[in-house]
Amino acid sequence: MPNNSEVGGPLAGRLDPISLKKNFSDLHPPLDSHEAAVAADRCYFCYDAPCVTACPTDIDIPLFIRQISTGMPVASAKTILDQNILGGMCARVCPTETLCEEACVREKAEGKPVQIGLLQRYATDVLMNVDDHPFERAPSTNKKIAIVGAGPAGLAAAHRLALLGNNVVILDAKEKPGGLNEFGIAAYKSTNDFAQKEVAWLLKIGGIKINYGKLLGRDFSLSGLRDEYDAVFIGAGLGNVRSLDIDGESLRNVQDAVEFISSLRQAKDLAELEVGSNVVVIGGGMTAIDAAVQSKLLGAYDVTVVYRRSMEEMPASLYEQELAKSKGVKFIYNSRPVQIVGTEGISSIKFQNTQHDTEFSLPADHLLKAIGQIMDELPLELSRENNKIKVDENFKTDVANVWAGGDCTSIGEDLTVTAVAQGRDAAINIHASLSGEI
Amino acid sequence: MADLTSSFCGIKSPNPFWLASAPPTDKEYNVRRAFEAGWGGVVWKTLGVEGPPIVNVNGPRYGAIWGADRRLLGLNNIELITDRPLEINLKEMKQIKKDFPDRALVASVMVPCEEMYWKDIIPQIAETGVDGFELNFGCPHGMSERGMGSAVGQVPEYIEMVTRWCKESTDLPVIVKLTPNITNIIYPATAAKNGGADAVSLINTISSIVSVDLENMAPNPTIDGKGTAGGYCGPAVKPIALNMVAQIARTDVTAGLPISGIGGITTWRDAAEFMALGAGNVQVCTAAMTYGFNIINEMTSGLSSWMDENGYTSVDQLVGKAVPNVTDWQYLNLNYITKARIDQEKCIGCGRCYAACEDTSHQAITMSEDRVFDVKDDECVACNLCVNTCPVDDCITMVQLLPGQIDERTGQVVAEEYGNWTEHPNNPSKVAAE
Repeated sequence: MPNNSEVGGPLAGRLDPISLKKNFSDLHPPLDSHEAAVAADRCYFCYDAPCVTACPTDIDIPLFIRQISTGMPVASAKTILDQNILGGMCARVCPTETLCEEACVREKAEGKPVQIGLLQRYATDVLMNVDDHPFERAPSTNKKIAIVGAGPAGLAAAHRLALLGNNVVILDAKEKPGGLNEFGIAAYKSTNDFAQKEVAWLLKIGGIKINYGKLLGRDFSLSGLRDEYDAVFIGAGLGNVRSLDIDGESLRNVQDAVEFISSLRQAKDLAELEVGSNVVVIGGGMTAIDAAVQSKLLGAYDVTVVYRRSMEEMPASLYEQELAKSKGVKFIYNSRPVQIVGTEGISSIKFQNTQHDTEFSLPADHLLKAIGQIMDELPLELSRENNKIKVDENFKTDVANVWAGGDCTSIGEDLTVTAVAQGRDAAINIHASLSGEI
Repeated sequence: MADLTSSFCGIKSPNPFWLASAPPTDKEYNVRRAFEAGWGGVVWKTLGVEGPPIVNVNGPRYGAIWGADRRLLGLNNIELITDRPLEINLKEMKQIKKDFPDRALVASVMVPCEEMYWKDIIPQIAETGVDGFELNFGCPHGMSERGMGSAVGQVPEYIEMVTRWCKESTDLPVIVKLTPNITNIIYPATAAKNGGADAVSLINTISSIVSVDLENMAPNPTIDGKGTAGGYCGPAVKPIALNMVAQIARTDVTAGLPISGIGGITTWRDAAEFMALGAGNVQVCTAAMTYGFNIINEMTSGLSSWMDENGYTSVDQLVGKAVPNVTDWQYLNLNYITKARIDQEKCIGCGRCYAACEDTSHQAITMSEDRVFDVKDDECVACNLCVNTCPVDDCITMVQLLPGQIDERTGQVVAEEYGNWTEHPNNPSKVAAE
């Protein structure tokens, strides 16, 4: 059995296939029906429930949980999907500890919230497994809408628009749908090709066509879409990553964490994936955590996340940090990189402690940069705000008949669930606008 | 250590916990295990007439309702009396009494409503050395269709008649087991007393359909597509049983008649409550069927500790202690006024009190935008629903308004004196104050 964690340099096959399979199995195993019944019984069915207020998609959480406890998981899933068509993925990737479960009154009472995320997964899994698509399209409006990006925002917008009777064409730069659900989320959060299964299920509504390999600005233009379609929704996400802008950044084995995660998600065989022995991840968001944990799970000897501010200020929740620590990831706070050292490949990174103004060095044969994603270049006619697309409260840009939602907009957190909410609400506004209701 | 020894209508046992006549007391093997576990006594599963054995259904005999995590809350059964030959039962009973002379062994009996059957079987059973008899006038299923069990227990004249036959047949104590499937428990209890019963035991099971199989459109438990009413027992029936025990204990005509309390007793506390309402001892069945015989250890240690902590040295001191405080509605003090009080430190903000009060009661709780809940004293009638629905212990309590304070709901000063409905001005048949 290979276990060559300490051999230097990015290397494939550090762990044997059995260990890899175990390491990349479901992070939180699903509830079985009895566990779900017990977990559901803990819900107090709060009045004007705080968990609903905390959910960006406003799922009627007490209702769906009560439907589970009365033995109606499919109806429960419908309650979830009515508000959040990607409820299955959100059940896996939502930072529930800072959303619904943080707001749960039992968190306040006992520090043990109702397991809303796992219950949502239970219900949506039951529905996906019976392969039911409990939505029916309204009569055709004869309107055509173009959607840029088949990620969470674009898919949510597409489903709602199709549901309301519109025809939708999605243009996506990649060869597969899903956006970050497919390319960006840690593998142990979306096992068994769930992202693709969910998209296939979503498309059962009908009236949605996806064209792959189409990049805005390269293969088509916004003005062209505006000419051809009644409305355009942009859910293009953030296609670029920030750079560190320090010496040595072009050395070999300096990699964007987004790219590392994407190749991991797309790998046919995890044993073929290269990872360093001493991995350093720079950043403090979910991408940093996902990259660090997965490096460790691939068999890296030492993985350290270095973040420029304090533990409390880290965008990744304390829960996620604890999870990473439990997998053996180390954290260094209040430190920023000043130089990447090496000849061809990197050998170490120099950091400065931002509080004491002292310098230190970490040996590294693999550096993963996770300091944030930024917009691809955008059509000039769109106004910007904070380097993202400026939208109003209805997700309308200041270009006529163009809406936008998800990470590429200047409002809301960059979360799957927020993207779904924005896509859905933009779709409702597009439909109302096209049908002359507003 | 409190003394748990019990003497119930002359039958002695090391503790007041008996196993009720039911499957757990069906044969020597079970009873031996029960006594080894520490049970104070058993009422042997009901014996019937000699002859071809009773035949039971061979499909399911039990149905259940569950709370969260499949916690069993109620059980119903359609099992009949013992289906083992009388001769074998008697032989085993004799052996048990010999091996466990300090435990109570009572024979439950159910034979047709004719004098010769009772007068024949009672002396025959007495020869085993049993400490007494329990007449099964309670089973609401199966045997009742044949004119036995609750068919007898529902006719006070029959109860009195059969009880008398049995008393004429033995010097041993005779306990009459009552069915709750009647309108007023005082009538059958009085009949038992008039027939010479040494005690009554109650409740037997409640006639019930536990659930319906919606797929097959048949009651549960389902036997080849059909179901029938069964006897309901377990924690869910305890409130019904407590009330019937209390009624017998506090009604003049039956007061003083020893009562063996039965009905959903699962913990020492349940037992203490039955005893406080007048039960001289208790009988347990469903809890043993759910958890096994070892629950007796919790029951004896719990009752003993509680008695020690509260200054009771013997079981008899507890029996009937709460009976004087059971009264008729008309004698409740209408001048006693409380208001709900919410402990904001303990409140977790679930809003169940608000939903309950706003939707189904008196609109006496306010909710602020930041989820602070407060009681409106000018609307609160002290119904207690908020206390009952609140998921947090002691978060909402009912606090008494003291005499002299103003009840904001009525604008009246709280009176110091006791005042009940019988003398209330709104009562058309009030007793004129002299």
